[in-house]
Amino acid sequence: MPHMTAFARNQWYVAAYSHEVGREELLGRTVLGEPLVFYRTEEDGTPVALADRCVHRRFPLHEKPSRLDGDKLVCGYHGFTYDTTGTCVYVPGQKRVPRTARVASYPVVEQDSLVWVWIGDPALADADTIPRARHLDSPGWVTVRGMEPIDADYGLLVDNLLDLSHETYLHGGYIGTPEVAETPITTEVDEGAGMVRVSRHMDDAECPPFYAKSTGIAGRITRWQDIEYHAPCLYLLHSRIAPVGVLPEADGSDPNAFHTEITYAITPSTDGHVYDFWMVSRDWAIENDEVTAFLRGNNHTVVMQDVDALNLLQRTLGTERSGYQELSINIDTGGLAARRILARLVEEGDKPVEKVL
Amino acid sequence: MSSSPTGEIYRIDWLPGTDVLHGTCHCGAEHAAQDPVEMWEWMLAHPEGHQPRGHESQGTSS
Repeated sequence: MPHMTAFARNQWYVAAYSHEVGREELLGRTVLGEPLVFYRTEEDGTPVALADRCVHRRFPLHEKPSRLDGDKLVCGYHGFTYDTTGTCVYVPGQKRVPRTARVASYPVVEQDSLVWVWIGDPALADADTIPRARHLDSPGWVTVRGMEPIDADYGLLVDNLLDLSHETYLHGGYIGTPEVAETPITTEVDEGAGMVRVSRHMDDAECPPFYAKSTGIAGRITRWQDIEYHAPCLYLLHSRIAPVGVLPEADGSDPNAFHTEITYAITPSTDGHVYDFWMVSRDWAIENDEVTAFLRGNNHTVVMQDVDALNLLQRTLGTERSGYQELSINIDTGGLAARRILARLVEEGDKPVEKVL
Repeated sequence: MSSSPTGEIYRIDWLPGTDVLHGTCHCGAEHAAQDPVEMWEWMLAHPEGHQPRGHESQGTSS
């Protein structure tokens, strides 16, 4: 039976990068099983998210020849026209627009170069609860990024990212070295924040090619990996690389280390499909285009190693009988914590909501 | 991200050089185990089986 993690509703999800949402092209994305169309308003460029099915005959509104007319979205099939709230303001051939002619509109927030959408009861959407990733849109930082759809349950991607010991095996020769799998981790769960932290500090490690080539460090390194998973969607990996023995200064500054922020947005699409938004940000060598090109190419390769592995894993799990067994060991402490937090969020999202205003 | 942090923190340290996990509940109770599933079961059973720091013998995994 296929491996499926239930969806957590009443949560914010990254639906797109800012640069993907515009006026030239309508963007279609399916989040938590809900098909959405994105565009920007003409005047101030505010992103809009509407249900991506015309009320008339369910034509996908992001598909050509659907188009924008000012801030209104015109269905490419029969011309049903919607305003930014999803209200139908025009139907062909008659003056009366049926009152039920509307598509759902979704709360959207653009922040840190990401377009977040709220899936659930719009009345509960609170933009202040969206976790930040300021390095994605701050001066002094350069980011390479991409998005890969994976034909796998989003829970498998969460498992993958919470347990970096897989770098040693799946990403050997890129970002993996023996020390990653060998070094014990510390796991913390902040229950109220829905956050899992996993830290792995390697005092004396081989420098993987990914960092040796990009930083120019020759020889062994001190390598820290500090994960913050803000369930369900945002994953931050604070990576610190320095020549072995080089630690932050007493005043907290850290001028002799290379800091890289690895960000993922894990956005469930439909059952068994997930959008893998990946970003690598650095505040060093930011003028160096060669480093940028290297990190882009190399990290894409690493991401595709995960994509291939998770596609295979999903197909394999689909052939298993129900009730198959797993075995968890110490490296899985963080992943298990994430699964539990997700299960709680799923349960909370399924409950009928008491509105307290 | 459903609400602001509460300060309710669970922590599990994998003790270097061993296979032992050392857990600390937000209530201060501590526990040792060699299996993360068992550790989370103990952790989430709070307050059952959780005694204040210093009242539990160390190294138990029963």
